[in-house]
Amino acid sequence: MLYLDNSATTKPYSEVIETFKQVSEKFFGNPSSIHQIGVQAEQLLTKARNQVASILGVKSEEVVFTSGATEGNNTAIKGVAFALREKGKHIITTTIEHPSVSETMKQLEEQFGFSVTYVPVDENGFVSVNDIENAIKEDTILISIMHVNNEVGAIQPIEEIGQMLKKYPNIIYHVDHVQGVCKVPLNIYSSNIDLCTISGHKFHALNGTGVLFVREKTPLVPLLSGGSQENELRPGTESLAGAVALAKGLRIATKDYQEHIKRINQIKEFLINELNNLDGIIVNTPNKHSAPHIVNFSVPGIKAEVLVHMLEEEEIYVSTTSACSSRKKSTSKTLLAMGRPKQVAESAIRVSLSYENELDDIKYFLSVLEKSIIKLKKVMGL
Amino acid sequence: MQYDHILIRYGELSLKGRNRKQFVDQLKRNVKQMLQDFKNLEYRAHHDRFFIKLNGENEMEVAKKLQLVFGIQSFSLALKTKSEIEAIKETALEAVKQLYKDGDTFKVSAKRADKTFPLTSDQLNYEIGRHILINTENLTVNVHEPTINVRVEVRKNATYIMCKDFKGAGGLPVGSSGKAMLMISGGIDSPVAGYLSMKRGLKIEAVHFFSPPYTNERAKQKVIDLVSKLTEYGGKITLHIVPFTKIQETIQKNILENYTMTSTRRMMLRITDELRKKSNSLAIVTGESLGQVASQTLESMFAINEVTSTPILRPLVSMDKNEIIDRAKQIDTFEISNRPYEDCCTIFTPTMPKTKPKAEKVKKYESNVDFESLIKEAVESTISITLPEKKSSLEQEMDELL
Repeated sequence: MLYLDNSATTKPYSEVIETFKQVSEKFFGNPSSIHQIGVQAEQLLTKARNQVASILGVKSEEVVFTSGATEGNNTAIKGVAFALREKGKHIITTTIEHPSVSETMKQLEEQFGFSVTYVPVDENGFVSVNDIENAIKEDTILISIMHVNNEVGAIQPIEEIGQMLKKYPNIIYHVDHVQGVCKVPLNIYSSNIDLCTISGHKFHALNGTGVLFVREKTPLVPLLSGGSQENELRPGTESLAGAVALAKGLRIATKDYQEHIKRINQIKEFLINELNNLDGIIVNTPNKHSAPHIVNFSVPGIKAEVLVHMLEEEEIYVSTTSACSSRKKSTSKTLLAMGRPKQVAESAIRVSLSYENELDDIKYFLSVLEKSIIKLKKVMGL
Repeated sequence: MQYDHILIRYGELSLKGRNRKQFVDQLKRNVKQMLQDFKNLEYRAHHDRFFIKLNGENEMEVAKKLQLVFGIQSFSLALKTKSEIEAIKETALEAVKQLYKDGDTFKVSAKRADKTFPLTSDQLNYEIGRHILINTENLTVNVHEPTINVRVEVRKNATYIMCKDFKGAGGLPVGSSGKAMLMISGGIDSPVAGYLSMKRGLKIEAVHFFSPPYTNERAKQKVIDLVSKLTEYGGKITLHIVPFTKIQETIQKNILENYTMTSTRRMMLRITDELRKKSNSLAIVTGESLGQVASQTLESMFAINEVTSTPILRPLVSMDKNEIIDRAKQIDTFEISNRPYEDCCTIFTPTMPKTKPKAEKVKKYESNVDFESLIKEAVESTISITLPEKKSSLEQEMDELL
C-alpha cells in the first residue's frame, strides 16, 4: 500500500492513539469541576496548552482548542466580522482559499451583508502583497489568507503581507496554516498574525482536533454560546483526550518533519523533474516557494477520477484536487484561479507526501503512473 | 559559521570593587543553574567579563534563558577567532553576512584589550569595514545609527566578534544581598514584590497561609505555581505553607469585627517573623502598596507592623496598581494570579474593616486570647516545600502522555 494523500489526512501516530486512550481512561474528569478529579484534568489540559504554545512560539492564553480547521476558520472569520461589523463590512481574501474559508466568506456576503474582495493569484498560484494592499478600503476589517495552498502547495507571502499590514493596525489578519504547520515554518508574531488556524489530523494527530491561535486582545465573537471554557471563545466541555493527543502529535511531527524535511524536498524535486520529462503531463506546482510535501500535475485529456481509481487498483492512493471538494466536482478551483485551461483544471492529480515516504516509493509510483497513462490513452484513442 | 561564544557584561556589580569576587562567583553559580539543561556549555568568569562557550548548544535558546538572570547588564553572541588581522576580517564578514538584509547599514567598533596588537583601533575599523563593504551588496556604512554594530574585541589569546546584542535583566545576582521572607497570598502584588526583591540580589523564602476548607487545593496550587514561576528568575525557593484555619476561626470568634483584618495581618506577620528566625533571614518582603486597600493605609501598616522590629521591605510601595499589573504581565505571573480562587484574606474579610485601626486597641482585644500558643502550633505544623518541585508521579504520568 502506498498512501500519497497526506494533505487530505495523515495516519495518526500510534503514540497519539495510545495517549488518547489513556487520557480517556485515567483523566476523565471535567476540567471545570472543583474537586481533585477535575483539578487533575485541568492541570493536564494546561500542560497540553503550554506545549502547543511553546511549539507555535506563542503564549498559552492565546491557544484555543477547537474541533479542527473548519471550526477554526469559521470562528476566526465570522468572529471578527461580527465583532467589528460596526466598524466596517469589508473583508479581503484570495481566490484560492479552502472551502471552509471561501464558503464562510460567501455566507457573510449573502446572509449578513458583508462585501468581500477576492484577490486573484498569478499563474503560479501566488498572491501579491501589492494586490492585497490595493484591495484595502476605508472599511476593511479583516484579511484572511492561507499559508500553503492545499491543492498546489504554493506558499503565500504571509510574513510580507503581515509587515505591510503594520501600516493598517486596525485590520485583523487571519492565516489558514492548516497545510503549512510542521512543514513550512511560520513565525506567528513576526508575521504580525492575529488569528491562525491549524488542524490535528494533518500532522498525524486525530480528526476532530484543532487549534485556533487568537492573539491577545483580538476582537472575536464566539460562534457558540455556553460556558466560559477556552477563554470564553469556545464553550463546551473540553475534549481533553483530543487536546492532549493534538499536543503530542504536534510535538512528534515537528521533530519528524524537521529531521526529514530535506529528504522530502528532494523527493518532491525528483518527482517534479520526472513528471516534467513524461509526455503529456503538466506540472502545476510552482518550482519555487512551494511546500515540500505537495505535488500537483495534470494529464490533459484524462479525467482525474479515472486515473485516481486506476492507481488505486495498484494500491496507490492519491487525490483529485482537495478531498473536501473532490466529491462535488473534480475541476480544480485553484488551477482555474491560476488561469489554467479547463482541460488542465479537470485533470489535476495531487500527490502529498509524509515523512514516511521514500524515494523508492515515488519511483514505483512513477512507473505505475506511466503505464496507467499509456493504457488509458490507448483506450481513449488519444 | 556558527556563533560559538556568549560574552556577558556585568551589571552594577562592576562598581563593587571589594566584593567583586563574591558577586562574580554568585553570578556564575546562578547562570550555571539557569542553564543547567544545556549540558555542553563551558563557563569562564573573569573579573570584568564572563564567557560561555556554546559547544554546539543552540545560541537563541541559551540567550532566552540568560535574559532572565539578574546581575547581567547585557550580553552578545560572539564568534571567536585568532588575533590576526586576516582571520578577524574574514570572521567579521561572515558574522555580518549571516545577519544583514538589503538596505541595512553597519559600522565597526574595534577595541584592543591587547595594546601590542600591530593595528590601532582606528586602523582596525578601517580595515574590517573596507573588507565588509567590498564583499557585500546593498549594505552601507552609517557610523551614527547603524542597524548592525560589528564590535571587535582584540585580546591577547583570541579576538571576539559580536553583532548581536541582548539586554540583560539588570540588578544584582540573587543571593548577593542576603535572604528575606516573602509573604505571598496568590494575588497580583506579592509575586511582583518577590521578583523585584530578587532583582536587588535577595534570596527569598515564601510564606503562604492556607485555611482549608475555606480555601481549596486550587488556591494552594496557585501559590505553588506562582512561586515556581519566580524560581525561573532566581533559582530554588522554599515555600512555607502555614495552616491558618484555627487562628482565623479564633480571630473571627474573639475579635471585634472591624478589627479582624488588622489582627489577622498581625498574626501572619508574627508567624512569618518566627519562620524568619528559623531560616536566618534578615527581612520580610510584602506586596503592599500604599493606600490600595484598608490594610494598606499608613495607620493600618503602623498597627500591623507594631508586632515586630524586623525590617519590612515593600518594593511596591510607590507603584500604582496598573504599573504593578504591567510588571506582573511581563514576568508572567499575572495569568496565574488572576485565577479566580478564594484566598484566606478574601474569605473572612469584614464588611467594614477599620481603615484607621489603633495598635493599642487591637492589642487589648488580642490579649484576651492565647494567640502565643496558636502561633507556636502553626509554626510547628508548617509544611515547607522546595520549588520547583520534583515532578510528582502523577505529573510525570501526564508528561508522558504529552
